[in-house]
Amino acid sequence: MIRFRMDVPGELEAKMDEVITHYPVKRSAVLPLLHLVQQHFRHINDAAVTWVANKLGLEPIQVLEVVTFYPGFRQSAPGKYHIRVCRTLSCAMAGSYELMESLCKTANIDRSHVDHHHPIAVSPDGKYSIEFAECLASCGTGPVCMVEDDFHEAVAPEKAAELLGKYQ
Amino acid sequence: MSTTTVTDTNSTTAVAMVNVQINGTWHKFPKGTRMIEACRQVEAQVPHYCYHPKLSSPGNCRMCLVEMGMPPRPAAGTEPEKDAHGFAKIGWSPRPVIACANTVADGMGIRTEGKLSEECRRGVMELLLINHPLDCPICDQAGECRLQEFSVEHGNGESRFREEKVKKPKNVDIGPRIRLDDERCIMCSRCVRFTAEIADDPVLGFTERGSHTTLAVHPGKRLENNYSLNTVDICPVGALTANDFRFQMRVWFLKETKSICTKCGRGCNTEIGSREKEVFRQSPRENNDVNSTWMCDQGRLDFHFVNSEYRLTQPLIKVDGKHFAAAWKEAITKTADALNSAKPEEIAIIASARMTNEELYLVKSLARSLKVDQLDVVPRTGGADNYLRADDLNPNSNGVRTILGIEPGSKLPQIIENIRGGNVKVLLVFGENVMKAGLDAADLQKVNFIAQSHILANSTAEQSHVVLPSSSYAEKRGSMINVTGRLQRLNQAIESPGEAHDTWEILRDLILAATGSNGLHSVDDVFKQLAGEFEIFRGITLRGIGDQGIPILQTNESVPILVREAERKKQGIIVG
Amino acid sequence: MSVESVQYLPGKQPHARERRLTFRNVDRAGFDPSIECYLRDGGYEQLHKAVTMERQAIINEVKASGLRGRGGAGFPTGVKWGFIPPTNTKPVYLICNADESEPGTFKDRYIMHQDPHQLVEGMVISCFAVKASLAYIYIREEFPEAAKILEKALDEARAKNFLGKNILGSGYDLEIYIHRGAGAYICGEETGLIESLEGKRPYPRIKPPYFPAALGLYMCPTIVNNVESLCHVKHIIAMGGAEYAKLGTPNNTGTRILCVSGDVQRPGYFEVEVGKVTMGEVINDMCGGMKSGRTLKAIIPGGSSAKVLRADEKFKLKDGRELGIMDIPMDFDTMAACGSMAGSGGVIIMDDSRSMSWVLNNLNAFYAHESCGQCTPCREGSLWMKKISDRIVAGNASPSDVDELERLANNIEGRTICAFGEACSWPTQSFVQKFREEMKAGTKSEIEDRIVAGETELAAAGLVG
Repeated sequence: MIRFRMDVPGELEAKMDEVITHYPVKRSAVLPLLHLVQQHFRHINDAAVTWVANKLGLEPIQVLEVVTFYPGFRQSAPGKYHIRVCRTLSCAMAGSYELMESLCKTANIDRSHVDHHHPIAVSPDGKYSIEFAECLASCGTGPVCMVEDDFHEAVAPEKAAELLGKYQ
Repeated sequence: MSTTTVTDTNSTTAVAMVNVQINGTWHKFPKGTRMIEACRQVEAQVPHYCYHPKLSSPGNCRMCLVEMGMPPRPAAGTEPEKDAHGFAKIGWSPRPVIACANTVADGMGIRTEGKLSEECRRGVMELLLINHPLDCPICDQAGECRLQEFSVEHGNGESRFREEKVKKPKNVDIGPRIRLDDERCIMCSRCVRFTAEIADDPVLGFTERGSHTTLAVHPGKRLENNYSLNTVDICPVGALTANDFRFQMRVWFLKETKSICTKCGRGCNTEIGSREKEVFRQSPRENNDVNSTWMCDQGRLDFHFVNSEYRLTQPLIKVDGKHFAAAWKEAITKTADALNSAKPEEIAIIASARMTNEELYLVKSLARSLKVDQLDVVPRTGGADNYLRADDLNPNSNGVRTILGIEPGSKLPQIIENIRGGNVKVLLVFGENVMKAGLDAADLQKVNFIAQSHILANSTAEQSHVVLPSSSYAEKRGSMINVTGRLQRLNQAIESPGEAHDTWEILRDLILAATGSNGLHSVDDVFKQLAGEFEIFRGITLRGIGDQGIPILQTNESVPILVREAERKKQGIIVG
Repeated sequence: MSVESVQYLPGKQPHARERRLTFRNVDRAGFDPSIECYLRDGGYEQLHKAVTMERQAIINEVKASGLRGRGGAGFPTGVKWGFIPPTNTKPVYLICNADESEPGTFKDRYIMHQDPHQLVEGMVISCFAVKASLAYIYIREEFPEAAKILEKALDEARAKNFLGKNILGSGYDLEIYIHRGAGAYICGEETGLIESLEGKRPYPRIKPPYFPAALGLYMCPTIVNNVESLCHVKHIIAMGGAEYAKLGTPNNTGTRILCVSGDVQRPGYFEVEVGKVTMGEVINDMCGGMKSGRTLKAIIPGGSSAKVLRADEKFKLKDGRELGIMDIPMDFDTMAACGSMAGSGGVIIMDDSRSMSWVLNNLNAFYAHESCGQCTPCREGSLWMKKISDRIVAGNASPSDVDELERLANNIEGRTICAFGEACSWPTQSFVQKFREEMKAGTKSEIEDRIVAGETELAAAGLVG
């Protein structure tokens, strides 16, 4: 297994140190720190888990428990642009499965290997990655998806190419 | 609310009692009693997996769901309707409650039997088994598995589950002494709680979620603390198994003997699992004044020497520098002759604080009749770990203090000096390897006659003129006094190998040969004599010590694990 | 507050039946999330008022208002606040539950995006009332934009001394921080949320003993309120509890936001007085009716966990009324009397083109994915239900599999630590009960034989039979 070295830039660590002050108990900063790690490194690997644990005086398993619980934390590298398509009822009724299919086709992504442990599929060029997300709370304007932090409503399946065109 | 008040015999604080109906019969319990404990007390067993009285109660397994009811609040101005016993009629809740974490309340009704409780158990049992591998034939837990046990009592007998089971890691090496089978795990979290709450080493946790939840250690971390094997004991299923015991023996062939651990001065209460002449495992037995329900891995696993191929199995006599097998009578006579041929001040006895009180008493009798003053044991210290391990690594130093009347090790330096100075002609060694206690071969060359009683062939035995094979702690009955001053009893789990004799018998024979009859027929007789001589044992018999021991000495030792347990109990976190 | 006519963006005009309170500034023309805009509109006046009030007086107003939590359970907010032990000496925490994730619900997002200061003001007032000096907004990770907007709003409020030390000279200190979740429905459950905020897996806690108002965050008294509920507090202070209680219907007071999605002409959000509009009015008047050529088949009235209602059902109420689905007033009590719940206000409409097996399967996949895995029944049962409904949708199920689903759901409901047990079993119970024949129509009875074979295999393994 190749592990990247955990070089945390001073600026990032300063942000973490500030966030830790928000809580009377340090352990509470697990989620915010993991978010900062993921924002910077794009995903959270073993080294990062250990690093965060050390930072907060926890056992690495206590951080790993959290990382693996939340689908919002990725344990493998996503594409340059990570897409989340809402899978749940109202969006599904509005065509989110078709949207997923269309996005995958456009980005040349193969989702056949996706399972519970590996929810993310990445395009061969590494440009896009995609996964289903559960209800994104915009049921009135489905199907909806997120590309990175951008939120897109009423994305008709035939608009997939247009949407991806915005992310080059 | 009618509450009566009684005085708790253990304290001066008054504990309110509440009336609780269990399966139709009214009982009284102290307020604050957990429902599950109340039921247990009246023999209404509530099956459970996650609940453990020494750990916090997460209430996650849902096996202990029972039907519960309270008297409904009467309409304003009306009296509650009464049952035949004068108690307010119970309004049963359609929603079951967990018996483990909820406490009893006055007027409460509990039904551990009946449709709702039984349906709940059947439902939980079915769901626990759908993704379970059902590999009982090759599972070490088989025979003492709660899943098996409760399947018989509460199982459905059939399942319609025909989906693919969830796959999880198997045969995971999570530490030097433990293996994990995640497919067998029922996520009760007992082990996770033990490592976090008791061992202060929270290396276990759950990863993933939902049906994929997986017990794990972080890669690069190990479950290797000195208490790790307790997780195997409390695992209600075969998820955690001990490397040491895996595939060694089906548990139903094991004979369980209640005894104590002799690895340190704590004297953790144990059960020795043996079959025929072999010990297969040792596990902790609950004693809330000694070890709670835990023991350290070091103590637990320190039994293999009992089955060792280096066991001495017959008396040996040295002729022309070589040991030859001899008859007991010959070996004893030779030793007695050597003792009788030397002046008292030329005799030294190095005994052991690993010997029982009975053995120490006979050592003292021997020394007394021979007028030998050079008598001591080999001290061992430095074991304390802030959990269970005592600083004193000998199990019976308090026995030495009480019976021999000496501080362990106080005379040993002088004895060693006398040996080196060639002033000791006859040396008796019981249960120690003096070559590891400051003496070397050259020193021992200066002694005319050495007799050693031991269980293993060691370097002292090699130097000895007579070697008397004796019995290990698992092969004898006797008593010891632990570091907190508690008199506890060892019980015989297996027979000694070959012609090895119980140490007390060796001593009896030696005393007989050297000084004349003493009329002892059993180790109980030895204890009787001992009790006749020492005030502290008066009124006690070896049999009367029982399985939980008797406090007989005041010491300043406290047991860190018990101190913390008492604190958690006080806070209501655990039942204790 | 001024009652000047508020202008809305083109095409976003509220429906005439709406009563905009918390959504007053949503889609409002010329309104932006800045504090300047909010202050121009009378913002933080209620905070000025509140800090001069006795704390108990605020709690009494909230109690008098009859406000019921808008997160789903509908528990009275003032009563919840009153559960903090009077003898408490520990710090008190308040947490805003902005983990909006009940499928079908999409209201809090708009408040946070468009009117963040309304939430901040409602929160500060609430914190003041319950004596919390540290509060968190637990916002779901999938709302990154809302988190940024709220961060900015908190900074602005801090700069104006609506937050921080000695707020408006009252001697009261308060700090509010944003805490982002990471994609877990269970964090909407208040004790799961608290565990998550403590940096642990969000396993809901057993109650008793861990009622948040007594033993919440860090084992201190903690109040957890939904975004919409906290916004209402501001309006309760403005109107007075008694006046607020005149909105809506008895025991179902105030306004609430209905979120309508699915097969209607115009899905969307509508703030209405609780119980003052009926399901029929919502669908036909507000949402423009069903899609052309389609007829109503089923409605999930209060978020995906609420039991489904069948279009042709008749509901007999205790008071003798018999209601059709379109007659049901949108309130907590009537919806409960009809065997479902108003929940979080998420109304999902399904027309005759929808396969009920497919809908249930979609929901079962959601619950199997979101079960935290702590309790046996939900952990094992939710995935099993999903697997069975997978087969039903795939045409690889027997008729008895449909009944089996219901039996399974009955084994989960009421037997878990938190309400997720109900949340995941109610859809299955209700879909099977109400659409059993349709669901069975897609199954094959010859598959039944294979079940018997499966049982034989299990019996051979020595465990069953």
